[in-house]
Amino acid sequence: MNKQRMADLVVIGGGPAGLAAAIEARRHGVRDILLLERDRELGGILPQCIHNGFGLHLFKKELTGPEYAECFIDELKDLNIEYKLDTMVLRIHKNRIIEAVSPNEGYFRVQARAVILAMGCRERTRGALLIPGSRPAGIFTAGTAQRLVNIEGSPVGKKAVILGSGDIGLIMARRLTLEGANVEAVVEMMPYPGGLNRNIVQCLHDFEIPLLLSHTVVNVYGRDRLTGVEIARVDQNQKVIPGTRQSIECDTMLLSVGLIPENELSVQCGIELDPTTQGPVVDEHMQTSIDGIFACGNVVHVHDLVDYVTEESRKAGRSAAAYIEHKTKTCELRIKTVPGKSIRYIVPHYVNWDQSDQDLEFFFRSRDVHDRASLVVNLDGKLIKTIRRRHLVPGEMQHIKLKRKMLPICSKQSTLSISIL
Amino acid sequence: MRLFYWRMKPMYDIAIIGGGITGCFLARQLCRYALKTVLIEKNTDVADETTKANSGIIHSGYDACPGTLKAKLNRLGNPMFDAICRDLGVPFQRIGSLTLALSEEEIPVLQQLYERGQANEIGGLSLLSAEAVRKTEPRIHSRVKAALLAKTAGIVDPFGLAIALAENAADNGTDIRLNSRVVGIRRENDGYVLTTPSGWIKARYVVNCGGVFAGEINELLSPARFRIRPVKGEYIVFDKQVGDLVRHVVFQCPSEKGKGVLVTPTVHGNLMVGPNSQDVEDKEDVSTTRSGLDEILATAGNSVETIPLPLAITGFSGLRASADTGDFVIEELSGYRGFINAAGIDSPGLTASPAIAELVIDLLKSGGLKLTPNPAFDPIRKPIVNVVNLSEEEKSELIRKDPRYGRIICRCESITEGEIVEAIRRRVGARSVDGVKRRVRAGMGRCQGGFCGPRVLEILARELHVSRCQVVKDRGASYLLSEQ
Repeated sequence: MNKQRMADLVVIGGGPAGLAAAIEARRHGVRDILLLERDRELGGILPQCIHNGFGLHLFKKELTGPEYAECFIDELKDLNIEYKLDTMVLRIHKNRIIEAVSPNEGYFRVQARAVILAMGCRERTRGALLIPGSRPAGIFTAGTAQRLVNIEGSPVGKKAVILGSGDIGLIMARRLTLEGANVEAVVEMMPYPGGLNRNIVQCLHDFEIPLLLSHTVVNVYGRDRLTGVEIARVDQNQKVIPGTRQSIECDTMLLSVGLIPENELSVQCGIELDPTTQGPVVDEHMQTSIDGIFACGNVVHVHDLVDYVTEESRKAGRSAAAYIEHKTKTCELRIKTVPGKSIRYIVPHYVNWDQSDQDLEFFFRSRDVHDRASLVVNLDGKLIKTIRRRHLVPGEMQHIKLKRKMLPICSKQSTLSISIL
Repeated sequence: MRLFYWRMKPMYDIAIIGGGITGCFLARQLCRYALKTVLIEKNTDVADETTKANSGIIHSGYDACPGTLKAKLNRLGNPMFDAICRDLGVPFQRIGSLTLALSEEEIPVLQQLYERGQANEIGGLSLLSAEAVRKTEPRIHSRVKAALLAKTAGIVDPFGLAIALAENAADNGTDIRLNSRVVGIRRENDGYVLTTPSGWIKARYVVNCGGVFAGEINELLSPARFRIRPVKGEYIVFDKQVGDLVRHVVFQCPSEKGKGVLVTPTVHGNLMVGPNSQDVEDKEDVSTTRSGLDEILATAGNSVETIPLPLAITGFSGLRASADTGDFVIEELSGYRGFINAAGIDSPGLTASPAIAELVIDLLKSGGLKLTPNPAFDPIRKPIVNVVNLSEEEKSELIRKDPRYGRIICRCESITEGEIVEAIRRRVGARSVDGVKRRVRAGMGRCQGGFCGPRVLEILARELHVSRCQVVKDRGASYLLSEQ
């Protein structure tokens, strides 16, 4: 009765991260790969992102989401990488046994030599923010609305307010406008927008959609369908300023208030998470705290650009290939990365000490807005590099490269910190 | 011909107005007898008002004032839950409750509660020292000085229970009329005629289980001797990650405003805090308020050391149907033989509900209703299968027979298409996205339907043979999509 098969590599998730990781692993010689996707098609969120702007960094051209996904899906198929759709992983065990279920195969187990986690992320909801008011129909997360509009062809509403200025919210402000709806305002609690500057310009300014910074939704009205929201201005501590409340009539509210890496499987498996990113703690090979289990893409930390997800996932694919070939160099001596002043987080969390000449890349986000800032990199308190940046905002992920030889000696307690001065 | 049809319309023995927990329990318990019963509910679903927004606590019964109906029916109702929930396949856990003394001054209050419990003939009560409390509940607030342990308290899913009761009643021949608001009641020689927008219903006996609207229903016939005040209570539910923050239902000492804010695990493994208590005017206002949510968070923060605010899933509120008499009103309406009020069913209404049903049945009997046993009564309702909790073999077997049980639609709660279809196709099946959620928990998890919402909508449209634009979130015109 119990079906158990073997695989060299199981990739969990068939979005941009899982696709790139599987392809890269195959290119590095991994033969028996199995990719498991819970949705009915590959591509993750990309098929619903019908706007362009994908691939600028990687392919030097502007693709739409479906086009970007297609490049990888085609390659995956050309490389004969096995994938299963409509397949939900129920559990990952420390010994790399995967339990999954699908309508076609029923319940099954796979024993993998290596695993790559590429489950992506989910959207924060109204409930998580505890926005008071009634609970009518017409409140969606921006991504759900995007799916309904772009994949299912179902209009979600005629008059909308968007809470949060994350990228999907900005894109949906434009999308709803193009669909003939009125977007009354995009309301952002912080004094700066959450999404990429290019989306502010192309999605809001070009369509004359007001962006209300330092504002938030404080009440929701409507018994059956949403009839309006009340917004108010907030101070620096995000507290509502009395006397600034105003009502906006609308039948739809979209929320773009943050993304949360989907790590329920990781937690169950006992993989260590970083409380800030809410993703696994990883080393420079994208290996998690459990041997042979790697992670990449938005399940590790939320990216702004899919191009970077692809690059990170390729790294995970190569590392998994090396691991399967017993070529991975993890060692006792590891440098821990520590977010310094004004830095929210750094990925990777650890760097293994080795003598190769490979470059090291560090991704991080600032806590707040900085103009003409210096990024200061310290190893065990000693300055090793200073980099100047014109503009740093939390909404745009930063990265720096370091040569391995810049990290010459290390003890068991070595730390590398990045700070903004 | 038309006249003939008119005459042939059935005369029910009993019409129950209101499909909340009181009405559903009564409908199901009446199935033991050979009777023709109709349950009339104005909403699209049963359990859609007070019953769905409730603490879900089966109280031990020390709290109610000795001598009241509340005290008596709480005592009688509590022990009935094990067998009924087992028959109906509804999760019920007797986890016990702790009532905390948060200061030295409150220790005597616990002693009084203990004594009141003795007066109410409640077993399983004991006083715990601060040390003993911390031993059993390590996350309890350090200021806690003592606690009253009530071993017989438990937790249940209130809407799941009401739905299961309605379903079992329907399986046993009860007619369930949804979307039927009773707008008029007239006495006729041998009973009552109830008017609803979709036609009239005749019954020899009528039981008013109208919840917050019980007064209005009564007044369709004659002035009521009670008034129902809606008292709002707000709640916050947290992620299953923190479902084990406490192991008991944790109360604070009660005040005149009620049993106060509690912290409890739910039968589904979440953590819940609430409710506050606020008099409101509007009997349909179930909105939450900033001040209310802040109040319950602050108050719950006195019971446990930390409230895991970032793991909040959602907030909601419900209205208690409190009678101005201070007690349940369960009696025949004076001057109207065969019309029985079951009104003012606020806390401990859920706990008392099986005993309320028995009391109403006694009243019907003394009002002349003949109760002959129904030999065909089947008390068993099979729960909707929960695929993820099956063994490997059972999973494989079920999916082989019906592949839809292998397609997970709700990721957070691991709910399959097969379960959702079952929730829709059963008797008293789901007709809305929230109806599906209340039956099988799809959309109840941390993403709040973000991923599964569009899929559930699609399945509902397919199963109900309507366009997706006609699918509603919950009631009335709560359409999820707008017209093209």
